[in-house]
Amino acid sequence: MHLSSAAIENPNRRDFLYIATAAVGAVGAAAVAWPLVDQMNPDASTLALASIEVDLSSIAEGQIVVVKWRGGPVFVRHRTKKEIDDAVNTPLSELKDPQTDQERVKKPEWLIVSGVCTHLGCVPLGHEGQYEGWKCPCHGSVYDTSGRIRQGPAPANLPVPEYTFLSDTRVKIG
Amino acid sequence: MSGSPTYVPKSALGRWFESRLPIMGLVHSSFVAFPVPRNLNYLWTFGAILAVMLAAQIITGIILAMHYVPSAPAAFASVEHIMRDVNYGWLMRYLHSNGASMFFLAVYVHMFRGIYYGSYKAPREVLWILGVIIYLLMMATAFMGYVLPWGSMSFAGATVITNLFTAIPLVGTGVAHWLWGGYAVGDPTLNRFFSLHYLLPFMIVGVVILHVWALHVAGQNNPDGVEVQNVERDTVAFTPYATIKDLFGVSVFLILYAWFVFYIPTYLLDADNSVPANPLVTPAHIVPEWYLLPFYAILRAIPNKLVGVVALAAAIILLAFLPWLDTSKVKSGKYRPWFRVFFWLFVVCCVGLGYLGSQEVSDASTLAARILAVGYFAFLLVVLPVLGLVETTKPIPASIADAVLAKAKPAEAAAPQASR
Repeated sequence: MHLSSAAIENPNRRDFLYIATAAVGAVGAAAVAWPLVDQMNPDASTLALASIEVDLSSIAEGQIVVVKWRGGPVFVRHRTKKEIDDAVNTPLSELKDPQTDQERVKKPEWLIVSGVCTHLGCVPLGHEGQYEGWKCPCHGSVYDTSGRIRQGPAPANLPVPEYTFLSDTRVKIG
Repeated sequence: MSGSPTYVPKSALGRWFESRLPIMGLVHSSFVAFPVPRNLNYLWTFGAILAVMLAAQIITGIILAMHYVPSAPAAFASVEHIMRDVNYGWLMRYLHSNGASMFFLAVYVHMFRGIYYGSYKAPREVLWILGVIIYLLMMATAFMGYVLPWGSMSFAGATVITNLFTAIPLVGTGVAHWLWGGYAVGDPTLNRFFSLHYLLPFMIVGVVILHVWALHVAGQNNPDGVEVQNVERDTVAFTPYATIKDLFGVSVFLILYAWFVFYIPTYLLDADNSVPANPLVTPAHIVPEWYLLPFYAILRAIPNKLVGVVALAAAIILLAFLPWLDTSKVKSGKYRPWFRVFFWLFVVCCVGLGYLGSQEVSDASTLAARILAVGYFAFLLVVLPVLGLVETTKPIPASIADAVLAKAKPAEAAAPQASR
């Protein structure tokens, strides 16, 4: 619709009706489109499974246990003294995504991190790579014993999920 | 395109129907009387081969969907059920899984042919772009189809490809959760992929119709890259000439297809996909299907996540801009001596990247992949624009008929008395 300058300066009732109708139509279309889009988001049953409890008593020192939380893997690692020392003594200047080990654990012997590589989502293999933390089989990202990214294409450290110690041997993730 | 004679039905019923819905006339002018350049070679039969492969995939796919169960706990077992219990289920599945590879093999020949003979140049830009859209839809369809058996490699593939979206700043993770319907690839993901895997082939059919329509408006390109000037001299009728030649090409191609299906049906499958999906373990060596390997190699060659994903996308999207990246007015590579050299180097880059994408990552393979990735982009972004401005091309024939007759002449001179 091409409006002359006279029409723009003096809009009449019909112009108003055109614009109002179009605006209501656009809002209506968006209102219909949203449910069609939103139905693909995580549903109520998926959201309901948002926490799990893990028994730590059976995890030996040096062992990594993979538990399933929200459909994906979480690493629960019972770290040895050497692994803790390696993680603590790493200068921040060597890190791509600088974070101290203390920021990433609640108890130094228990490292709990997401088991999803921050590059493209593969599950890294434990006790592998130069830092004996994890190495991702897909594109070679290497993580240290604090789950921090050290080499490869991944941009960030393995995220630390929300968790609380219910007792010395029980932890709730989520 | 001129020269399509008007179609007159022979029967009274045919005339009655034609005056109400002129569909027979459309078929007649498109596939019978349609004028075809008389110098086409066998590379031009791949359009028909692709049409046959699309039909084969849709038919076998609809049959497989009658027996397949799109749910995470049951999908793997239902594929085994198809293989062992369903009558000829093994045949349907092997036709479908190998059919995908044959489809891509044919589309790559078709695309390289288009590049070599400059088929994307005016007036066929829209035709070419529709082809790139079909290629994108094919990749999306094939990827989702590969996820459906719910083996380890299906799961890893689904994870890696959907995680490409997490490279998008700010909204990436939200987009990934939306695609997954959860916090990781899982049952909702499988279910929607099945739905879309069923839908997309029909969208491909829709775009193929537009592709053929655009082809019939501009007319076919040909090995000499000169347009039809005189329909009488330069062309032959689609039927019988192109129809029969296409049928022969299709038959030869089907022999290759059958050889895969009956003799080496699992050659292109990954053994890891015979292990059911486990969200807590990724196979030690993950590779995509062969037809995606070059792009996978480009992704892996780049150490930065976002840049890697952008390069992967650019490697595909840039193909749509070929009509404007290539500045040469001469269409066919036959008359472009330097283009020919670079074209084959480009093919080497693509195949080399494909090989490297299948190998485990090492320093040497990463370096090689970087060199070849630079070659891939350099061909599209530097060689094609510059070559058109500096290359001395060979003289192009005045018409298709002249090109054909010039080729026939030396033979006649050598054997003037030969009976014909």
